[in-house]
Amino acid sequence: MAEATSNRKFRVIGTRPIRHDGVDKVTGRAKYGADYSFPGMLHGKVLRSPHAHAVIKSIKVDKALKLPGVKAIITADDLPEAPNKMQQAGEMAINPSHLSRNILARGKVLYDGHAIAAVAATSPHIAEEALKLIEVDYEVLPPVMTVEAAMKPGAPILIPDLRNNEEGDKQTNVAQHMQFKRGDLDKGFKAADYVVEREFKTAMVHQGYIEPHNAVAIYNNDGQATIYCSTQGAFDVRSLSAQVVGVEPGKIKVVPAEIGGGFGGKTTVYLEPLALALSKKTGKPVKLVMTRSEVLRASGPTSGSTIKIKMGCTKDGKITAAQVWMAYEAGGFPGSPVVAGAMCILAPYDFENLLIDAYDVVVNRPKTAAYRAPGATNAAMASETVLDELAEKCGIDPLDMRIKNGVKEGSAHPAGPPYKRIGYIQTCEAIKNSPHYKSKLEGPNRGRGVATGFWFNAGMQSSATVNIHADGSASVVTGSPDIGGSRVSMAMITAEVLGLEVTDVRPLTADTDSIGHTDVTGGSRVTFATGMAVYEAAQDAVRQLRERAAKLWERKVEDVEMKDGKLTAKGNGVPPMSVKEIASKLGRTGGPITGRASVNARGVGAAFAATCVDVEVDPETFKVQILRCTVAQDAGKAIHPSYVEGQMQGGTAQGIGWALNEEYIYDDKGILRNSGLLDYRMPTCLDLPMIETIIVEEPNPGHPLGVRGVGEVSIVPPPAAVANAIYRAIGVRMTELPMSPPRLLKASLKRGGAADAHSAAAD
Amino acid sequence: MHARPGGLVTLHELNYAAPNSVAEAVQILRQHGENARPLAGGTDIIIQMRAGVRHPTHLVDVKKIPELRELSFDAKSGLKLGAAAACVEVYENRDVKRHYPGLAEAAHLIGSLQIQNRAAVGGNLCNGSPAADTTPALIVLGARARIAGPNGEREVAVEDFCVSPGRTVLQPGELLVQILIPAPAPNSSDAYLRLIPRNEMDIAVVGAGVALTLDGDKVKAARVALAAVAPRPLFVAKAGEALAGKKLDDASIAAAARAAMDASTPIDDMRGTAEYRKHVVGVLTRRAIKIAAQRARNAGKA
Amino acid sequence: MKKVLVEANINGETVEFLCEARQSLLETLRDVLNLTGSKEGCLTGDCGACSVMVDGRVVCSCLMLGAEAAGKNITTVEGLATGNQLHPLQQKFLENAALQCGICTPGFLVAAKALIDKNPNPSEEEVRYALAGNLCRCTGYDKIVRAVIEAAKAVKSGAAESRAGAR
Repeated sequence: MAEATSNRKFRVIGTRPIRHDGVDKVTGRAKYGADYSFPGMLHGKVLRSPHAHAVIKSIKVDKALKLPGVKAIITADDLPEAPNKMQQAGEMAINPSHLSRNILARGKVLYDGHAIAAVAATSPHIAEEALKLIEVDYEVLPPVMTVEAAMKPGAPILIPDLRNNEEGDKQTNVAQHMQFKRGDLDKGFKAADYVVEREFKTAMVHQGYIEPHNAVAIYNNDGQATIYCSTQGAFDVRSLSAQVVGVEPGKIKVVPAEIGGGFGGKTTVYLEPLALALSKKTGKPVKLVMTRSEVLRASGPTSGSTIKIKMGCTKDGKITAAQVWMAYEAGGFPGSPVVAGAMCILAPYDFENLLIDAYDVVVNRPKTAAYRAPGATNAAMASETVLDELAEKCGIDPLDMRIKNGVKEGSAHPAGPPYKRIGYIQTCEAIKNSPHYKSKLEGPNRGRGVATGFWFNAGMQSSATVNIHADGSASVVTGSPDIGGSRVSMAMITAEVLGLEVTDVRPLTADTDSIGHTDVTGGSRVTFATGMAVYEAAQDAVRQLRERAAKLWERKVEDVEMKDGKLTAKGNGVPPMSVKEIASKLGRTGGPITGRASVNARGVGAAFAATCVDVEVDPETFKVQILRCTVAQDAGKAIHPSYVEGQMQGGTAQGIGWALNEEYIYDDKGILRNSGLLDYRMPTCLDLPMIETIIVEEPNPGHPLGVRGVGEVSIVPPPAAVANAIYRAIGVRMTELPMSPPRLLKASLKRGGAADAHSAAAD
Repeated sequence: MHARPGGLVTLHELNYAAPNSVAEAVQILRQHGENARPLAGGTDIIIQMRAGVRHPTHLVDVKKIPELRELSFDAKSGLKLGAAAACVEVYENRDVKRHYPGLAEAAHLIGSLQIQNRAAVGGNLCNGSPAADTTPALIVLGARARIAGPNGEREVAVEDFCVSPGRTVLQPGELLVQILIPAPAPNSSDAYLRLIPRNEMDIAVVGAGVALTLDGDKVKAARVALAAVAPRPLFVAKAGEALAGKKLDDASIAAAARAAMDASTPIDDMRGTAEYRKHVVGVLTRRAIKIAAQRARNAGKA
Repeated sequence: MKKVLVEANINGETVEFLCEARQSLLETLRDVLNLTGSKEGCLTGDCGACSVMVDGRVVCSCLMLGAEAAGKNITTVEGLATGNQLHPLQQKFLENAALQCGICTPGFLVAAKALIDKNPNPSEEEVRYALAGNLCRCTGYDKIVRAVIEAAKAVKSGAAESRAGAR
């Protein structure tokens, strides 16, 4: 479809203009969901289960209703019964019963923090006091907290009517078992000179966005409703809220506020249906905001997992076979990203014989939600450390090991037709040739580790309009909430096509009434798919502009082209005209011009990243410092390089947190102990060095500008890279995440490491 | 029911008063007993109120009381540290930096700058956390707590101030007024080290404070105290005794570290395992002794 | 619920307001004074999104009562620009793409201002230490640190310019 964009010279694309929403964001003027206020607005609060697993025998709200200032209370009884089978809700496939029960529990609570009731009152303080007056009678059941416990015969059953694709009518906690098979596994292992087999455990972690969930809903007496919320997908909020509350989606307008981080965690709904239902009941605007404790307890983290992997290779480093058993925590309801993880775990390697068994397992933890390349980071921790071990056995440089086995154009792809043009090997080579990798790492207890990662990226649907205004400026309207600076890229694409300055283009994220259907901001798809729609909408505007110019110049439209940013007539006789110049003439020549496009984007380019990390491990306290970090990623074509770098750095930082200190800690009753940011430990400024970035550009042939999504894959390699670095620093192979100091001490003692010597000296 | 960090302040009645004198403050505290609590930096009490751990109906802001803001040093009588003096005032104070560098470094380790700009060393002591960073630093300096109450004033050694997690010797109606730190002897100094998983923000997994007085290459006097490895900040007399009167060398340092490890009774919790903490007690005690000794030598030369 | 009458100086203006004793300074700024620039991220002083300056020092406004603002000079993100002129920190954040979602940005700007007001020439290490109380989940901090260092230089050279101009 597209020519190699590396050959094209761009005027705007590839530069680094200041983002259009920037001034509002640095002055505090930008309105995020919690900043909205309306006259007569009520405040909502949610009553949440204090038990990990229990039957709800009764809920009594009468005392709470009597508290002055309380206007309404809802429970699951206020919501329609929802069908228990996969269904389309708008453009998504969901199980409405599970979604509804996650919003408000019905019959059972399945995790500490599970929502049971919601109160609307005249102040948030009164609403919270009212929660204390709601009386719930529970029959507490034993909690099931790990995949092993959930899969054991005789385990307490979380969802009595849950069945999977294999066990017929048997009650189970295994929601799904999927198997991927290729080639001949036995033959493959027989051909191996070296085989490494390891079992990994990774802890549940949270996306950690700094802004808690929020929603304001206004349900008018004519049955029309508006929801303001910080979301990654306004159209999904519309269809899911409608589904849960039992309202027609066509009667709801969703206005996406500015959003304070999402990383996948804000692609579903928690508070929106509650706000809508409470507003419907009270006739007033209702606002709900989660506290941080609620965010951690009750919004979707990503799965903890157990992954057993066995990989074999020849003595010159060619992988011959791999077998994987992987079980991911789904949380209280089915839907972990284990299948995606299964499709990613061996995706970067070009070999034949594999067998992967993937299990989606419910446990008494919050229902998991997407987190930046969901499922892939857990998987890479396993595959990329085992590959590192094999490389060591073969005496091969770890990057050469990846290059030797790496997929390229034509290689088999885990989830579809063979790869088109991709940049996996190029990202490995970029690291290999980087100043970081070429530098010598000196000093005791220091080590360097590398790892790579793959993510599919998504296409999906986006709409865009480009309006040409009489003064020659343009506005580009999309439905993609901007979580990372994408709107400036939309303006840049528009400016490039129309020959305008980027400051003459105003980008806008519209509400669900003002733009055509647009899928979530997620899946690394905005610059790819929405960018594609913007490009096509701008080209649509160009088509119309050419027609106007043809009319003005009395020439055939085929003889008018857009050349170097100006409308130009073939041959000579007419001086070229800029869009600015023709804009003032539009009214006289037929009316305003709006370019439009809607895409269901095909041609998604796979994302690959490679990360190199230097660590120093204190040999006595086992505290890990990240000394230096470099990440290379194939962006296809970087529209705004600063924001591409930003995605790479942000994903890397999250991966490092995942590697070192982040984990959900539950007690033996299934209660979350670290439901705050003191003990859910995310990296601070002082925990990280500068993060060097190398943008590789292997243009994606499926996109008019060569764009590959960049938002996710950088989170995939870091835990494995850090683990490989720790091995080289202190000789310990870690198979558990996070690699916190107490775990490193334990592993070191088991191995008989340096710590032993010190303990002996102290005796 | 577990404390949940970060909920809302939900008291139906919260009263705020900002008295100008110790007598006024004591009067309000005595009147409301367990329902009143002094407010200095607020960085513990406000979090606890939101989590439902403490439920005062009256907060008595003590930051307008001159004795509680005092921070004065005298070469003979030592340091008067007002209970409401913020960490930042303590570690920016020239005399503290010079004479009690371990206390300054403990105050500079707490939380973030945002926390240090508000949290009071006295408040940290009164919060009664076994993991408080400044408390072991005070203990090894031989600090005493000056308390005012309905029955007059009394003094308590800081190592006796905390009783169990969250509880101190303060009775209803009593107020910590100042912490009194003796003047440093010649050839003395102190140090405080802490282990946390990140580089900032975390509560101590283990903390070790050491104060030493040297006499040539021998230790004249030594005190060692630990954070986060016992139900209260732990003064380990035996660790100091392992050093006192002895030559400061690897053997005596190892003996002190061993005594510290033996005295500690750490638990497994979400910040660390008992095994890890015990191990780190030895590491930090050794390292803190060496730093304090180096500083004491330099102090002697100055 | 009795309310407390408070007079404070906020962003250079004397302001009088009523707040409940139980309302934090953050809640007071956002819900009573409509200054929604400071953000709530954790309510436990662990994220710094609510950072404001009180008498020149950066603090978490979620851990202060509105009542405690009496007589104090408070600076929020809304007070950093002078009219339409952005502070160099704000400008450098934009030029360096030091924000992605922007929710942590107000807190960082305030903390950075408190730093460079006291330390006009901070090293990378000093910047990282001063900002360790502010969490960012989007950027990995790299571009934030660069922006602060550049802004410090810009403030210094701007000050030098105005001194030169005044002679």
